[in-house]
Amino acid sequence: MEAYTVLLVVIPLISAPLTALIANRHVAWGLSLLVGAATFVIALMLLQDVITGRVIHYELGGWKPPWGIEYVIDALNALVAVIVTAFALLSVLFGRQSVEREVHDSQLHLFYAAFQLVLLGLLGMALTGDIFNLFVFLEISSLSSYALIAMGHKRQALVASFNYLIAGTLGATFFLLGIGFLYAASGTLNMADIASRFEQYDAMALVITALLFILIGLALKAAAFPLHSWLPDAYTQAPSMVTVFLASTSTKVAVYVLIRCLYHVFPQEYWSQLLLPSFLLLSGCLGMLYGSYKAIQQDSIKRLLAYSSVAQLGYMIVGIGLNNETGLTATVVHMFNHAITKGALFMAAGMVFYRMHTTSLHQLRGAGKTMPWTTGAFVIGGLSLIGVPGTAGFISKWYLLQAALENNNYLVVASLLIASIMAIMYVWKIIEALYFDGEEKLHLHQVPSGQDIVAAMPLATLCCYLLVAACIYFGLYTDLSLDAAKTAAQSLFAGGPAR
Amino acid sequence: MTAYILGHLNYWLIIGVMMIGMFTMMSSPNLMKKLAGLSVFQTAVILFYVSVGKVEGGTAPIITDVATRYANPLPQVLMLTAIVVGVATMALGFALIIRIKRAYESIEEDEIHQQIQKEELD
Repeated sequence: MEAYTVLLVVIPLISAPLTALIANRHVAWGLSLLVGAATFVIALMLLQDVITGRVIHYELGGWKPPWGIEYVIDALNALVAVIVTAFALLSVLFGRQSVEREVHDSQLHLFYAAFQLVLLGLLGMALTGDIFNLFVFLEISSLSSYALIAMGHKRQALVASFNYLIAGTLGATFFLLGIGFLYAASGTLNMADIASRFEQYDAMALVITALLFILIGLALKAAAFPLHSWLPDAYTQAPSMVTVFLASTSTKVAVYVLIRCLYHVFPQEYWSQLLLPSFLLLSGCLGMLYGSYKAIQQDSIKRLLAYSSVAQLGYMIVGIGLNNETGLTATVVHMFNHAITKGALFMAAGMVFYRMHTTSLHQLRGAGKTMPWTTGAFVIGGLSLIGVPGTAGFISKWYLLQAALENNNYLVVASLLIASIMAIMYVWKIIEALYFDGEEKLHLHQVPSGQDIVAAMPLATLCCYLLVAACIYFGLYTDLSLDAAKTAAQSLFAGGPAR
Repeated sequence: MTAYILGHLNYWLIIGVMMIGMFTMMSSPNLMKKLAGLSVFQTAVILFYVSVGKVEGGTAPIITDVATRYANPLPQVLMLTAIVVGVATMALGFALIIRIKRAYESIEEDEIHQQIQKEELD
């Protein structure tokens, strides 16, 4: 019965080489859509199954853990799987037109094959209960995302991708080294097994080294301040569809793995005595202030949103650092809400780029009159980014604020408020340029003559507005997102999934 | 103290290799050398795993009547996977360098950076 969990990984694994071999761009798109839809349905079924607190164990090939690899699914990773697959489906729908313009025709099938591999890697990271298996999936998703980023239409994309490759591989290798230390201490690679026998070896100096290596490696992948330097370039230069997908999923999955390691591999009592929580708080607070500050200074919409992602990841790190149940709930909900919000905003940015051939704000003055629907998405998405009541962003910030007040940590409260004010400033910067600077007529330099700049993107607009609607829906009706997050946070604090 | 240093000689050497790799990766402006540094860094981790799996006086892990102590085979198996990952990373890195060389006529980071800044000013 529970064998269907493994389909989440198997479907893209079969489909990706097929896509590459068939070498037809329409088939490639169709297969990606099919994979996205199938995995999304399976992930939703999984979430239905585990939202009550049940835990699914699936042993690959029938080998009993800790010798074999097992997949362990609880409310937390089911929610992550839903986020990943939902955005895979939406980005494929969104990307149909824009990818054909941004990526060369001869590479389209390879583009979609690499896309399916990223999906495979991210889902594998989310589902597996074996820490070395997690490293392998991490590398699968990273390597394919370097390739995707390099397919951006500007030559800067190559440099961005190379820098991401160096930083990402460094992070993954640190993670691998951490696993090595942990294995040397515990003699096992199964996460539950490592955790259950932790008292036998927690006095060894190796263990703290392992924790630090794993933490730094994952922080690099999650782009936590100050290890975020690869993110703005990569998100700015990647093709629009890739930016939508990576911005809403890949860093979230890295944050998920961070949570998983901090609660299910290392016991919470172990690391909360160290300086770690305050260090996470510092990194998170500085991240949100720095990210917001840099976002205000940017001229390109995509770059502005990328820096805002650095800031929003700071919120998630703070939620972990606060080290209480409300904080963790806030982090998990924010993973979900921020994915929706950033997805909608990057889709809108992608549509602007598709039609105007630029994302530079000073060239887009007054675009609100030419493309009212797209700019409307910027307004609602922006409100959710700020955290205005009635939008999804409000829910997670509210919980984060409550968690900070529970700990009487007013420094965090203050930086949350300052970062929110800065968020108003950078969102306003977009809105001002699009709506109120329209004295001069929109003149575009980079549109080839004869091309219709009002070419509509019906499918992409539909996807974008689906997410915009989700921003409002999940701000008003929080049952699905908040319940899953609360179940997840409770089980994390209870000390791991029951065996 | 000397016994401690000599007893862990392999680990000291691994740390050395690792630092050489990391230093090359960070200090060299040449993309090719950066990638080479990354490769050296990854190799150090592979050596580390193999060292961890070594059991003093142990033989290859094949069950026979003559031996009672065996080396741990698992780290070596894990490293086979890590080597594959490393090869894939290198291949992708080289492919990117070739494309960068075609696009910028250079693989020196500072020269590329100058060109990027010029592009952004235009």
